[in-house]
Amino acid sequence: MTPESTVSESILAESPGLALPQPGQDATPEQPVHRTVIQARSGWQLIDWRELQEYRDLFYFLVWRDVKVRYKQTILGFGWAIIQPFFSMIVFSVVFGNLAQIPSDGVPYPIFSYAALVPWTYFSQAMSDSTGSLIGSARMITKVYFPRLIIPMTPVLAKLVDFVVALGILGLLMAWFRLPPTWDILFLPLLVLLMVLTAAGIGMWLSALAIQYRDVRYAVRFLVTLLMYAAPVVWPVSLLAERFGPIARLLYGLYPMAGVIEGFRASLLGTVPMPWDLIGMGAITAVTLFLTGALYFRRMERTFADVA
Amino acid sequence: MSDIAIQVENLSKRYRIGRQEERPETLVGAALGWLKAPVDNFRQLRQLSRFQENGQESDDIIWALKDVSFQVKRGEVVGIIGRNGAGKSTLLKILSRITEPTSGRVVLNGRVSSLLEVGTGFHPDLTGRENVYLNGAILGMTKREIDRKFDEIVDFSGVERFIDTPVKRYSSGMQVRLAFAVAAHLEPEILLVDEVLAVGDAAFQKKCLGKMGEVAREGRTVLFVSHNMVAVQTLCQRAFWLESGQIKAEGAVSSTVTSYMRSGLAENETPERIWSDMSTAPGNHTVRLRRIAVRPEDGNPGDVITMQTPLCVEVEYWNLLPGEHLHTTLHVYNDQGIIAFTTGAGIKPDPLLHTQPPAGLFRSVCHIPGNLLNSGFHRITLLLIRGNKAASYRLDEAIGFEVIDNNERKFAWYGREPGVLQPVLNWTTEYIGKGVE
Repeated sequence: MTPESTVSESILAESPGLALPQPGQDATPEQPVHRTVIQARSGWQLIDWRELQEYRDLFYFLVWRDVKVRYKQTILGFGWAIIQPFFSMIVFSVVFGNLAQIPSDGVPYPIFSYAALVPWTYFSQAMSDSTGSLIGSARMITKVYFPRLIIPMTPVLAKLVDFVVALGILGLLMAWFRLPPTWDILFLPLLVLLMVLTAAGIGMWLSALAIQYRDVRYAVRFLVTLLMYAAPVVWPVSLLAERFGPIARLLYGLYPMAGVIEGFRASLLGTVPMPWDLIGMGAITAVTLFLTGALYFRRMERTFADVA
Repeated sequence: MSDIAIQVENLSKRYRIGRQEERPETLVGAALGWLKAPVDNFRQLRQLSRFQENGQESDDIIWALKDVSFQVKRGEVVGIIGRNGAGKSTLLKILSRITEPTSGRVVLNGRVSSLLEVGTGFHPDLTGRENVYLNGAILGMTKREIDRKFDEIVDFSGVERFIDTPVKRYSSGMQVRLAFAVAAHLEPEILLVDEVLAVGDAAFQKKCLGKMGEVAREGRTVLFVSHNMVAVQTLCQRAFWLESGQIKAEGAVSSTVTSYMRSGLAENETPERIWSDMSTAPGNHTVRLRRIAVRPEDGNPGDVITMQTPLCVEVEYWNLLPGEHLHTTLHVYNDQGIIAFTTGAGIKPDPLLHTQPPAGLFRSVCHIPGNLLNSGFHRITLLLIRGNKAASYRLDEAIGFEVIDNNERKFAWYGREPGVLQPVLNWTTEYIGKGVE
């Protein structure tokens, strides 16, 4: 028996999976053997993209399941995707627009808040669902192997379906209020990307934390409410700059949703110029959240089945 | 190297178990404890997944697996047996990559599928069809694979009529059948199975075993954890006996199973018992037992007894009252406590019956032919009867022995035949004419 060289062994240990033909196998061309090496890992790991690619069918099915199941046996079905932002808009218009007289950058308050509610609803729901996702899938995690990253990422994708539906209604509202979009609408995909990246990063952090320390799940519920008021959903960013100055505005951009929401309003309603400063700062946070989230998740991943 | 499917080297896994909390005894202590709780809780939770590397073992650490090493060749079907808590499921979990080993190394050559549970990921609101796709994907099949096998799967499960109804409307039996049908159509090179056959009714279990037998015959490597010794012996060629996280024995399946079964036996379940000291031996002032043993006709107590093996039961006793004849009677029970038969030395004319037996040591041997008893565990109650009166001495469940169903049976039937006895009788079949014109 020819011993394996230590070089090939260490390469394979880093990336378990499809193997190079082993020395000693016969020369007849046969299916390459799918080889897996299992050993205790230590230290930090990066995302294994190749493995995620292998499991993409499962990812698709889990997203599909989430979407399909949510509105089963309901009367309104997908109507619910619209109802939440729509009714929030009505209440906010009455409370903040009318009673509190919060300025709305020159457009009617209802559409001002709805344009913010569309991305906000996506973000808050993706964040909440993601946090509890590992706990909710505890049975699957302890019985089957697949890359655990799929689980918190499933709501991040599944909620996009609701987002698209709500966006459609926004289009109708824009027509109703006769507010044409600006050319900046071409940057909308970029904003969506920023939004998804933030949700993904926070999802990875919170889901990994929640499965170890169950408090996190309860904390997130009320954290989401606080974060909503911190975001410019019911009030315009111009208020902040007025009160606290331009540096404050720049620092505020570190909150990614600030850039996303202002960007939505800027590109679709033309209320303010496209806030590239906020978006830039937000991108820094989003990327940091994503990278650190991925590192933390991958490091704690090995213990999930034991603490679930 | 290429014909080894599974290679395990020095695998170990440790867990932290819950420790009894120190209860404070004073009110101040209790109040302080309550205030400090968040810090303590955090530390405790953090420690669940961390261990000190300096070798200090606290009392709340257990080693589920300690230094386990073995090899499985491609195409072998290996059984893993052991008591609850021996580490079997932990071993499978590590091989399935669900949990990470603490140390050691595993190399798997081939695609792996694990069946640790049937119906993982089944969602009650989705229809049977949707759940087949979902469950198949979770078990590792691609969409194309599932498309290809869909009809086979539905056919195997027998729920074709209801395939488009939400699964929550299925009976539990139907759910299990559908779930198993999906799992049964995995085509991995290495299959890891953990006691999933414990669910379902008898007919379904037979189907599962049949399917697993098929998988084994196709040349796939199978690792099978089970408490069902009949299934293990039917499907596997080799077995490992895991105890307290280590391999206690391994080898051919029938001998490993026998050692395992014998280790769990109580004193009166062993095939031989000897009392050399008459004063402490069971009995009374008229008779004392010296030895009881069950063994194959040409073998020793403890040797494997199959359904075909002729056996003998040997009883040695001290007769303390000379004069009256004493004969031995055996009542043989099966593992459900049903009496198989009784047999006594006094039935056939016995030379000793017509003479005056002296005091002293006697031996009675009963010869039980092969091809009589069904497989399973049997117990023998011993009676020593003086004259034709009531028993002089009776020892219930004096001894026990296991009859094993060997794979020698020609037809592949997995599972025990019903019946207390399983005699091999003579059958004749002949052609007797054309029938009605």
